[in-house]
Amino acid sequence: MSNSTNDSTSIIKRYAVIFVLMAGFVLAFLYAAGLFGGRGVTAQQFVNLQENEKPNASFRRAHAKGVCLQGEFVASGLLAPFTTAEFFQKGNYPFIGRFSIGGGNPTAPDLASGVRSLALSFTSDSGQRWRTAMNTPTVMAVRTPEVFFQQIKLLTPDPKTGKRDETKIKAFFAAHPEMAEFNQWKEDYVASSSFATEKYHSINAFYLVNNNGERQAVRWAMAPQAEPQPLDENISDSHPDALQIELAQRLENDVVRFDMLVTLANDSDDENNPTVAWPEERTVINAGTVVIRAVEPQQGSACNGINFDPLVLPKGMEATADPILNARSAVYAESYRRRARESFQQQADSQKTGQQKAGAQ
Amino acid sequence: MSNTKSFPTSAKLIHWISALLIISLLFVGVSMIQSMAPWQHTAIKMHQSIGVLVFVLVLVRLVNRFFFTAPALPSELSRLQQLAAKFTQVLLYVLMLAQPLSGWLMRNAEGLPVSFFGLFQLPTLIGFNYQAFGVLRDLHGILAWSLFVVIVLHIGAALHHGLIRQDSVLPSMLFKFRSRK
Ligand code: HEM
Ligand code: HEM
Repeated sequence: MSNSTNDSTSIIKRYAVIFVLMAGFVLAFLYAAGLFGGRGVTAQQFVNLQENEKPNASFRRAHAKGVCLQGEFVASGLLAPFTTAEFFQKGNYPFIGRFSIGGGNPTAPDLASGVRSLALSFTSDSGQRWRTAMNTPTVMAVRTPEVFFQQIKLLTPDPKTGKRDETKIKAFFAAHPEMAEFNQWKEDYVASSSFATEKYHSINAFYLVNNNGERQAVRWAMAPQAEPQPLDENISDSHPDALQIELAQRLENDVVRFDMLVTLANDSDDENNPTVAWPEERTVINAGTVVIRAVEPQQGSACNGINFDPLVLPKGMEATADPILNARSAVYAESYRRRARESFQQQADSQKTGQQKAGAQ
Repeated sequence: MSNTKSFPTSAKLIHWISALLIISLLFVGVSMIQSMAPWQHTAIKMHQSIGVLVFVLVLVRLVNRFFFTAPALPSELSRLQQLAAKFTQVLLYVLMLAQPLSGWLMRNAEGLPVSFFGLFQLPTLIGFNYQAFGVLRDLHGILAWSLFVVIVLHIGAALHHGLIRQDSVLPSMLFKFRSRK
């Protein structure tokens, strides 16, 4: 064999080595980016499902309809032995909040929704943040985001046929006895005529961490100070914005208050399972009073731009390994990403048409 | 033209550490935004701190660059190849700075500070701004994919020099564990 063929085969081999290395590198990256699937249910698939092929541009993909709130949290200091978190030391902490109803439709009638929600966002000068989003149910229906995905998928009408598969739904309920507590809540729950007279639950558990580094699993609920009463006569219960109007009227006369009741778990409670409520006899601490002073429409107000990611926690609070809690953070980020992009596009478009109008004059 | 054959050890060290970190950030970045598992939360925190570390390393590297003369490219390379090499290098530097900076800005636009491994918080560069977040979040993704493409070109070129041309380019960035003959 001559030298030159030897050289050329080795050159080909070397090109082959380069090719294999580069192809491997690129394919590995595309795999990591999920282009070949195989990643289970992703945050993107979850938000796609919530959109059900009809995204409402610039609105939240869940809890789309709501109002922005301003107020403050008057911390009692009673939680201080359990947590170093700034917002639980005795004092006043302003927040931006949001009342909302469940569902992805930003124009849905208020009173038709089965779930109402309260979300709060705290910001301190020292750089601490706390965001919490709470719902009226006391527990989650299912334990994992994958099963929740399956549940929503079955309960959402097919975007093309508008139908649901009732036999599959039955089989699903039978296969998931953990839904019992949630279903019981649903049966017993009577919706009130106001956002201000509902009780809102953290559902997922969190850890409080104190000065000695001791961890205590907790859940909390915002319990209303106002008593439920029939809807004011001047508000029609067929008005789609009945709850928003009621709230605005109420705030003209007085502030709206909630007690933050924090339940301490003991060793027999599973902090990673949001489908089971903890027994009544657990210690409950009143961490302070949420005082809501003002309400604003959400479009253009500060709360609209906030992602109430339940894993934005101050020092002194930590996430549990509850799979639902962790999934929420990932899915909210994807929903937030989409609506922020759309909101920017809408702003850019309206500026463009504004300029065109100005130019035409 | 200088006749140095190799980069100084300091430059080699920073090069390989940042290469490792950046490639990991790219891989973890594209996977973590899909995952709903509990590791996702830890990954996002670590991602930010390591991203900031990369930003600092790139700044150190740029300063360090003034203290030595980089080995010249082999003179056999055509002008076009030399230009292409310079261009991708400048592009790499620009992207390596813009990538972490866009991440930092995007977190601030979301109303959140950036923490460095829980030790301290970085200054807030911009205030809370929903629409700006929309732009910066997309920018962070677009820059990441551009960075990946340029890194692929960069590795491809390095392997071409090392395996096909067998010139001085690849060894200039490698550590010599054995003495060369
Ligand atoms: C795996 C389970 C869940 C998923 C996938 C999910 C998904 C979502 C999404 C996509 C949003 C919109 C986020 C945004 O764009 O800002 C949202 C908002 C919200 N979620 Fe969930 N959610 C889950 C469980 C829960 C639970 C257990 C609670 C209550 C404790 C809850 C309470 C809320 C509230 C209150 C909001 C509205 C926050 C606001 O006013 O901006 N979610 N959810
Ligand atoms: C060289 C440095 C960095 C690289 C290579 C990098 C890479 C990436 C990549 C590939 C993604 C996924 C983007 C997508 O596919 O859309 C990502 C997401 C992200 N990056 Fe970075 N990044 C860097 C620095 C930073 C820094 C310094 C921060 C913040 C201080 C940051 C914060 C984030 C966050 C929060 C996300 C996830 C956003 C979400 O959940 O939607 N990154 N990054």
